Amino acid sequence: MNVHDKSLSKSTAKLLSGNSACAQGAVAAGCKFFAGYPITPSSEIAEKLVTSLPQAGGVFIQMEDEISAMAAVIGASMGGVKAMTATSGPGFSLKQENIGYAAGAEIPCVIVNVMRGGPSTGMPTRPSQADIMQTRFGSHGDYPMIVLAPSSVREIYEETIRAFDLAEICRTPVIVLYDQVIAQSSETVALAPPSGVRAERKWASGPRADYKPYAAGIDGIPAMPRPGDGYRTHTTGLTHGENGFPTQNPEAVERAMSRLYSKLDLHRELIESWEAIRCEDADVVIVAIGISARAAKRAVEICRAKGVHVGLFRPITLWPFPEAALQQACKGARAVLVPELNIGQLRLEVERLLGRHRVEGLHQYSGEPITPAQIAARATTLASEA
Amino acid sequence: MFTDAANFDVRDYLRKEMMPHFLCPGCGHGIALRALLWALHDLAIDKDKLAVVSGIGCAGRLSAYIDANTFHTTHGRPLAYATGLALARPDLHVVVISGDGDCLAIGGNHLIHACRRNLKITCLMLNNEIYGMTGGQVSPTTSESRLTTTTPLGNNEPNFDACALATAAGAGFVGREVTRHVPKLKELIKAGLEHPGFAFVEVLSDCTEVFGRKNDLGSSPEMIMRQKSEIRPSAYRNTVETPFHSTSLPTGILTQNDRPEYGAAHRRAAAAVVAKGAK
Repeated sequence: MNVHDKSLSKSTAKLLSGNSACAQGAVAAGCKFFAGYPITPSSEIAEKLVTSLPQAGGVFIQMEDEISAMAAVIGASMGGVKAMTATSGPGFSLKQENIGYAAGAEIPCVIVNVMRGGPSTGMPTRPSQADIMQTRFGSHGDYPMIVLAPSSVREIYEETIRAFDLAEICRTPVIVLYDQVIAQSSETVALAPPSGVRAERKWASGPRADYKPYAAGIDGIPAMPRPGDGYRTHTTGLTHGENGFPTQNPEAVERAMSRLYSKLDLHRELIESWEAIRCEDADVVIVAIGISARAAKRAVEICRAKGVHVGLFRPITLWPFPEAALQQACKGARAVLVPELNIGQLRLEVERLLGRHRVEGLHQYSGEPITPAQIAARATTLASEA
Repeated sequence: MFTDAANFDVRDYLRKEMMPHFLCPGCGHGIALRALLWALHDLAIDKDKLAVVSGIGCAGRLSAYIDANTFHTTHGRPLAYATGLALARPDLHVVVISGDGDCLAIGGNHLIHACRRNLKITCLMLNNEIYGMTGGQVSPTTSESRLTTTTPLGNNEPNFDACALATAAGAGFVGREVTRHVPKLKELIKAGLEHPGFAFVEVLSDCTEVFGRKNDLGSSPEMIMRQKSEIRPSAYRNTVETPFHSTSLPTGILTQNDRPEYGAAHRRAAAAVVAKGAK
């Protein structure tokens, strides 16, 4: 698939795959450590970074499995450097244990998950969007999670950079989620160097005696100790108090869990990102991510050309879901259509947020992407019924 | 009472606010911890530059007692966390504390690959033949016929020789010692810390409360004495005319070679990649 972007000049434009854009985004974001394990369809990210990361002063390592790749990324981040891994399907399942550790111990890192058909080994070379709920709830226990869902090569580059920034600012793992189609399709893009200074985590400063590694100010994010700076703190996956040591004191546990779970709410404005296209007068609003959103965008044009009032709401930040923005976009709609490459996941969240709307899914799990014609036909029917 | 001739005061290396510790009476892990801290003291390793990474289980809890940069990670994964940390921060001394279940069962894959890579990490595996914290289940090092909560009729699986495994997988330094010989254990750990590549040190430790009680091995002094009768230091071993059985293990430095250390080799390879890209 090639998208013609008129703003591109011949000198800067390059034909690039989504996975290549992801690797470039990581370097531009200041990533200094990558650990991975080969898996289709995400391996190209590692194959790019093995060269570009050392050139940027970073470390690349292929680990013995997906579990250790995730662990090594967290280890590197605990050492103070920005770190990333990339995987797909079964590999993403294997990483869940340590993703939970990163969430609970509040270690910034970026995990790229290129969705392929599942369950289990599934269809390694076919697209899917069936990891939507796993990205949010994949590890055990209650924890917050940021998931970004780009839908084009350019957006993969931009959202990978934003993932590192958000991970650093919020001291949390961030997942970049896209599907096999965008991962391995090439588009002509000119990737602009990111404006401004890249975010870096808040480092512990001041006297050691006053420092508590999990005490947070009003922003809900504790300052992180850098090994070697003299703080000599303890980091654990056990439930811990503000001093970092394990605790089972009910009040301390509740306080720690409440802060952990709600810390992203304090930064929603920064985290949330979405695109709303022609929703103002839409009778039917389509809600979609990734490749399904690309098809939906075209479906909106097809419908509008025929005088059918259809709009598109595309969450770019998938989790935490841009709740208020969705509700605003669907205010005037009489029906909502959720096309997705699974048996029904994004639809569940949309139903939760739009209790009084008619919400219908267009679910395809054959391994083929949904076409604009399919979405346009369904949206047209919905508009006539509504 | 803690001070000895070497001017080593264990209190200088412990987080006193974490006392009393949670180990059972007679547990050998405290002895192993003391030997590690003593070795660190002997080598004058800066606590600010020391990172201790541990897994899950009784051994995994030891990191919390050490006044250093300590990381209590997930079950079986401390070597993988340590690999990332040591590669990202070659200026740190990275020590891993793991148990027999942590290191050989759930973390066995990470152990063999850490040995193969030979990255500069010192790995202490405290072997007490049992999953102690979960109540006494059979582990990969439980001797044959021993009783555990999951082998009520006696263990019928052969056990691992962790040092032979580490040697075969390519570790640059492999050694074993018992908790009964604290100075020897300290010297072994010290040699491991000084080794430029991956160092694997197996510490034969006693679980008195769970393993000893279940197998009628007596009080903790009796279990310590058993280390003398059953696990003989290698120097005396030739005089024992017994066929191999799993508790008669050689001790001391078992493997030491000068295979290239992974971190430095990795940085050289990365520099070559950069140089190639610059052409």
